[in-house]
Amino acid sequence: MRRIEVSGLSAWFGRKQVLHEVGLVAEPRAVTAIIGPSGCGKSTLIRCINRMHEEVRGARVEGKVLFDGTDIYAPDADPVDIRRRIGMVFQRANPFPTMSILENAVAGLRLGARFPRAELEGRAEQALRAAGLWEEVKDQLSEPGGKLSGGQQQRLCIARALAVEPEVLLMDEPASALDPASTLRIEELIQELKEDFTLIIVTHNMQQAARVSDSTLFMLYGEVVEFGPTEEMFTRPADKRTEDYVTGRFG
Amino acid sequence: MLAALRTDARVSGARRWKDRAFTLSLWACALVALIPLASIVGYVVVRGYQGLSVSFFTREPAGPLDPYAGGIVQAFIGTALMVGLASLMSVPLGILTAIYLAEYGQGRFANSVRLIAEVLLSTPSIIAGAVIWSVVVVTMGSFSAFAGALSLTVLMWPVIARATEEIFRLVPQELREGALALGLPRWRVILRVVVPTAGAGMLTAVMLAVARGLGETAPILLTALGSDFINVNPLRPTDAVPLRIFNYARTPVEALHVYAWGGALVLLVVVLALSVGARLISSRQRSLMP
Repeated sequence: MRRIEVSGLSAWFGRKQVLHEVGLVAEPRAVTAIIGPSGCGKSTLIRCINRMHEEVRGARVEGKVLFDGTDIYAPDADPVDIRRRIGMVFQRANPFPTMSILENAVAGLRLGARFPRAELEGRAEQALRAAGLWEEVKDQLSEPGGKLSGGQQQRLCIARALAVEPEVLLMDEPASALDPASTLRIEELIQELKEDFTLIIVTHNMQQAARVSDSTLFMLYGEVVEFGPTEEMFTRPADKRTEDYVTGRFG
Repeated sequence: MLAALRTDARVSGARRWKDRAFTLSLWACALVALIPLASIVGYVVVRGYQGLSVSFFTREPAGPLDPYAGGIVQAFIGTALMVGLASLMSVPLGILTAIYLAEYGQGRFANSVRLIAEVLLSTPSIIAGAVIWSVVVVTMGSFSAFAGALSLTVLMWPVIARATEEIFRLVPQELREGALALGLPRWRVILRVVVPTAGAGMLTAVMLAVARGLGETAPILLTALGSDFINVNPLRPTDAVPLRIFNYARTPVEALHVYAWGGALVLLVVVLALSVGARLISSRQRSLMP
């Protein structure tokens, strides 16, 4: 149960600055939503929180991301360790095509440092249950992960992220490629996971942010416009631009 | 073919005729393209078939008085030895190069490595033979299977490196990110996610390189020399099938011509099998990558 505190965070792709001095606090046992129109930098921001941004060629970051009080951009911080503790689910479900459902669920354990083989199946079941997928796949665990439907694949990816027991879970538009029924399943899942994790979710769907989150950050052109309790953002926004966006006048 | 010629009744007469004319001319083009291939394969099969016999595959060459009593087993063994040795060297080297180029390399050094591979890919193979001759054969003081394998490595390495790099680039970036986000170090991501996903494609690259190595004559001539005897010592002169074909084709003896065609047929069948196998594998591969 860890707190994430972002301050003065700027990010670049090559020479192009995409984040300008962004700040954010994500509390444990709460969902923090990042909203904004396409290209406003919300995906970049969330990718900075587990040091995935730097995986893109020419990408650069400045500023602080405190994870339980420790700066993850400190010179002695190990990005591999940080990513294990701060998990991530991507916009497009990306199960590993060469692995079965079971192997996908525990990929982080199987491929990581020595992990007792005997415990893998138990951990897979645990993760798949937590992702609400177990009942649907328990009879086809050895089938390839790519055979599942889009919504099931995304929950498989959530299970995969949960299996390594992270402390924070980042979700980058986890439901944007899914149908309404699957989206609802993911949103219910977010509510359940909130009990155990610090959750940060990027979404371009304002209704989704309103439904699932406790606090919301609204971004525009790589800058924070407003950050506060979700309820307030949607009913009494302080900034005119937030009001325009949440009432659907642009975006 | 008839189905392709059938057109919708509502289409006007002139357009229907144009459509038929073009369809027919395309079929004709395809046939014309097939003629040389079919005639080569057909000719090699007809001529080569006469050369095949048990002794052809099991005996060393007999004397000029009764050539049909002998065979060219030493050439098959030599080719297997040299292509095998060359694969042992070029496969790991090529795959490591591809991993470097696709996953780590950027900037001037990576670009020069890629350029070297490109240049080697189109270098006439006799140059590889000449270089290995002057560097290895001259210094070691003897023609050898090892020198032959080295010259084949020079030719096979760039095929594997470039083809495998392209395969690695086809592996979606999302899979790498998905694995990195699980807290896996980069080398594990490459070894356990990228390489298995690219697996069948890598095998295709290796098979194409082996097919190239099998057919090379000039570099072998300058490095392994050839031999009438079975040899499995990598440090001794060694025979190879394409070399044997070359040597027999230059003699005036009809029986040896028949054997040369026999060797050509065997090479053709093996290379064809490798290419078809590579095709089959890579068509299966496509289902793995979205």
